[in-house]
Amino acid sequence: MSDRKYTRDHEWVLLSGGEATVGISDYAQDQLGDVVYVELPDPGRQLKKGDEAAVVESVKAASEVYAPASGEVTARNDALDGNPALVNESPEMDGWFYRMKLADPAELDDLMDEDAYERFLETLG
Amino acid sequence: MRYLPLTPDDRAGMLSTIGVGSVDDLFRDVPAGLLNANVADLPDHQGEMAVERHFRRLAARNLSPATAPCFLGSGAYHHHIPATVDHLVQRSEFLTSYTPYQPEISQGTLQYLFEFQTQVALLTGMEVANASMYDGATATAEAVLMAHRITRRPKSILSGRLHPHYRETTETLVRYTPYRAEVRNPVVGGRGDLLAAIDDQTACVVVQNPDVFGELSDLSGLAEACHAKGALLIVAVPEVVSLGAVTPPGAMGADIVTAEGQSLGVPMSFGGPHVGLFACRQKFVRQMPGRLAGETLDKDGRRGYVLTLNAREQHIRREKATSNICTNSGLCALAFTIHLALLGEAGFTRLADLNHRTASLAAGKLAAIPGVSLVTEAFFNEFTLDLGKPAVPVVDALAERGILGGVPASRLFPTDPAMANLLVVAATETVSVDDIDAFTAALREVLA
Amino acid sequence: MTEGTISGARGLDRDEPLLFDQDAPGRSGVDLPDGPAAPDRLGGLRRSGPVGLPGLSEPQVVRHFVRLSRMNYAIDYGLYPLGSCTMKHNPRLNERVARFPGLGDLHPLQPESTVQGALELMHQLAHWLMQLTGTAGVALTPGAGAHGELCGLMAIRAAHEAKGETARTRVLVPESAHGTNPATAAVCGYDVDPIPATADGRVDMAAFEAKLGPDVAALMLTNPNTCGLFERDIVRIAELVHAAGGYFYCDGANFNAIVGKVRPGDLGIDAMHINLHKTFSTPHGGGGPGSGPVVFSAALAPFAPLPAVVATADGGLKLVEHDGAARVGRMKGFHGQFGMFVRALAYMLSHGRDGLRQVAEDAVLNANYVLARLKDVLPPAYDGPCMHEVLLTDEGLEGTGVETMDLAKALIDDGFHPMTVYFPLIVHGAMLIEPTETETRAALDEFVDVMRGLVARAKAGEVDYFREAPRLTPRRRLDETLAARKPVLRWTPDTPLADAAE
Repeated sequence: MSDRKYTRDHEWVLLSGGEATVGISDYAQDQLGDVVYVELPDPGRQLKKGDEAAVVESVKAASEVYAPASGEVTARNDALDGNPALVNESPEMDGWFYRMKLADPAELDDLMDEDAYERFLETLG
Repeated sequence: MRYLPLTPDDRAGMLSTIGVGSVDDLFRDVPAGLLNANVADLPDHQGEMAVERHFRRLAARNLSPATAPCFLGSGAYHHHIPATVDHLVQRSEFLTSYTPYQPEISQGTLQYLFEFQTQVALLTGMEVANASMYDGATATAEAVLMAHRITRRPKSILSGRLHPHYRETTETLVRYTPYRAEVRNPVVGGRGDLLAAIDDQTACVVVQNPDVFGELSDLSGLAEACHAKGALLIVAVPEVVSLGAVTPPGAMGADIVTAEGQSLGVPMSFGGPHVGLFACRQKFVRQMPGRLAGETLDKDGRRGYVLTLNAREQHIRREKATSNICTNSGLCALAFTIHLALLGEAGFTRLADLNHRTASLAAGKLAAIPGVSLVTEAFFNEFTLDLGKPAVPVVDALAERGILGGVPASRLFPTDPAMANLLVVAATETVSVDDIDAFTAALREVLA
Repeated sequence: MTEGTISGARGLDRDEPLLFDQDAPGRSGVDLPDGPAAPDRLGGLRRSGPVGLPGLSEPQVVRHFVRLSRMNYAIDYGLYPLGSCTMKHNPRLNERVARFPGLGDLHPLQPESTVQGALELMHQLAHWLMQLTGTAGVALTPGAGAHGELCGLMAIRAAHEAKGETARTRVLVPESAHGTNPATAAVCGYDVDPIPATADGRVDMAAFEAKLGPDVAALMLTNPNTCGLFERDIVRIAELVHAAGGYFYCDGANFNAIVGKVRPGDLGIDAMHINLHKTFSTPHGGGGPGSGPVVFSAALAPFAPLPAVVATADGGLKLVEHDGAARVGRMKGFHGQFGMFVRALAYMLSHGRDGLRQVAEDAVLNANYVLARLKDVLPPAYDGPCMHEVLLTDEGLEGTGVETMDLAKALIDDGFHPMTVYFPLIVHGAMLIEPTETETRAALDEFVDVMRGLVARAKAGEVDYFREAPRLTPRRRLDETLAARKPVLRWTPDTPLADAAE
């Protein structure tokens, strides 16, 4: 898991062979509560770093999921359509959101690694 | 004051519990000099008899469709409302409850909303419907915004034969959005110009069926043309009773259907409150505006209902909500549900048939008057006549004879000179054959 | 002893199947005559299949809806302290007059000569609204509060555009605002810029002043605000927003606290919607219909949408539907929620100037009485007197394991509709209690006693009592997650819930 990077908005990114997988962190799913719906970007969509890429809804809240880097969407996790609970059950594995081909992998350099994210979470109380 | 239970003793005792000397001490945050500033020119309180007298006097200055045969339509229709409807909607538990925020003590409201949604979906031939909107015009405007959200395209095309109030309401709502509404001319007959205007920037085409002149159309070809270009077809139905006789928009390929539900259970009430119906395909459900009731289970595993998909709405999403709407038209939706429950399949289709026969008879008799011609070919309970002379003075002269004889098209299209001689006439089940004969005789006399 | 009844009913309380499960083909609750003989003119578009509606007789329909009604709480039944919603008594006189022939049955497009009484009624309502608010103009058409907000904000945008001020893109909205405020600003094409609140629940003046600038179009502020407090600095706030070239939109949702006591026009507002279903007690009807007329200052009045009723030289009244001026466009079909105008005007005439002032005073008195009697066990979010509603925090429940929602559900078992919970969002575990002026002191005492008893129970460690509540209702807590994950939004034939979703 050491390659996983995190944003301050609680998204995670895992780079593998030029393709990045994006999802939300365990902390984020816990804050949201029961996830009831995830709106995912379709393959082919061009995202710029910071764009609204997806929306995740729970019964009482909805939040945007921002693109952690620029690039083109290559896949979406269709399993979430029928089973959004995957985001709660397995946020950093089966509950991934989408994959993208990064325009510039160096954009990920600013993100936190797992340890830094843990420390960041502690500051949130 | 009969509505205020606190006695002077109560007030004094409560002020002492609070620990202040006077009630104005509780208003201490109001800037000096602005508290109890004179509210001029208003009378003091009155008893029930006096207030009732006031409204009787106002009502007496109006010509009621209860006493004058009413041939007006154009988005509001005079239908009979069964006594049961008005009795049930005044049940305390319906009339004086609010939005079902606490579902455990709001199952009555939630269940009828679920039934309402089902009825609306069945009538329109669509998969899902919401728990109602303000009226048909605002529902149509919200449908256009929804089509833009779904397609992410900037242009909507509004038929010129859409009710001008629906069109103007839509233009108002999209005015400050990134989208633009393109309005076609209200030519009588023909839809060719609509087809040509659809391009890959088009989010939706909005048509009305029956249209503002009463004309019915087969919309399947238009639906295909929309879908071929990736656009959505929105169909507005101003007279919901028509769906008892006419092929529903869902069967013709509509993606979103809006309608005015006033005709079922809701009094015309000089234009409001009415009830907007909103239905669409299941796949668009999360882009829908307005409230939705959904089925679920309670802690003991029993079937129950809740407001659901709340995350779309303003109280959670705030500036990112699908709509700014908070209230719906709950009590009017209840009236609609009760009336349609009373009618049932047999009653509803019979009501629609009765409307159509009555209008067909009226059209035949009126169009036989010398100088009058019927410009609508296929219609349900509303049609347009060309009187051969300006319609406004004719309608005024009919009113003097105690007949509410239709809506001059120029009232709807005030800047279009081509409308001057056109009269839009509706005939519902409330119109008797005698009424039609009286109207025909009066019109013949006025036009002579 | 055997548990439960055979039917599952509990005395007067029983379940009611859906209408669709009571169908007998051909049955109807309405008798209609045969139509006259006339040719078919549907142009070949006759419906080919059935609609699918169930057939019931009249007595079945009556029983169905009466049974459903018994599952609802209502103001006519008891105290309904839903903060910011103003659940007060709905006089039945207003229902009666709204149904008079010649009012309830008027067609909106009848010739003007046949509706002079209706136009006079609208004219009178407009007069009362302007008198009570100290304003120069009014648009009656908006369909509800949020619709009124949209109307007001669009008038502001139209006024800026008329002056060529197109660079104003920001609307300042307090963090405590109702969700419709930012949603409305967004529909109007504005960026929403939140203003923080001070520790005493009001606009943070320093933060507000810092946000003012040449790109600010308007301030949207509720007064009394959503914390139930009067904004002390409101006159200064209005001056500042005007000095910056912006307009002041006041959300009038809480006008019932000050009606007859304070005129918002005197405070410097430019536009304010009035929820007739709150301040002037038209029935809430299970969630509508509402009605949201907007009053305007002289600066904005020319931009109010049509239609409007105007007096003619000959003493008659005219309904102006078009005039070609650069104003806000039509808001909805026809002329507004006329049926609600009748009810609201009946309420106004019944109370009169003196009674409306008493309404505000008693509403504020009742809220402060509840505050005084609860504050030692449930501390308020802010010190000092409140207006028509009192905002409590969940501090009094700290460490008990009982949360605001649990307390609300337990209140239900004790026969009360709960207060508004978790709003405004800026207060932790918020409980917003609005008793209204139509409650007796005895009803308030009963409510307070129950609240105090429940807090005592929570402190005594009876967490399970709260977690299980409500127990005595037609349904217990409902699974909202299931409803949202697999939405079932309509009945379909022969489809059990488990596999209906897809």
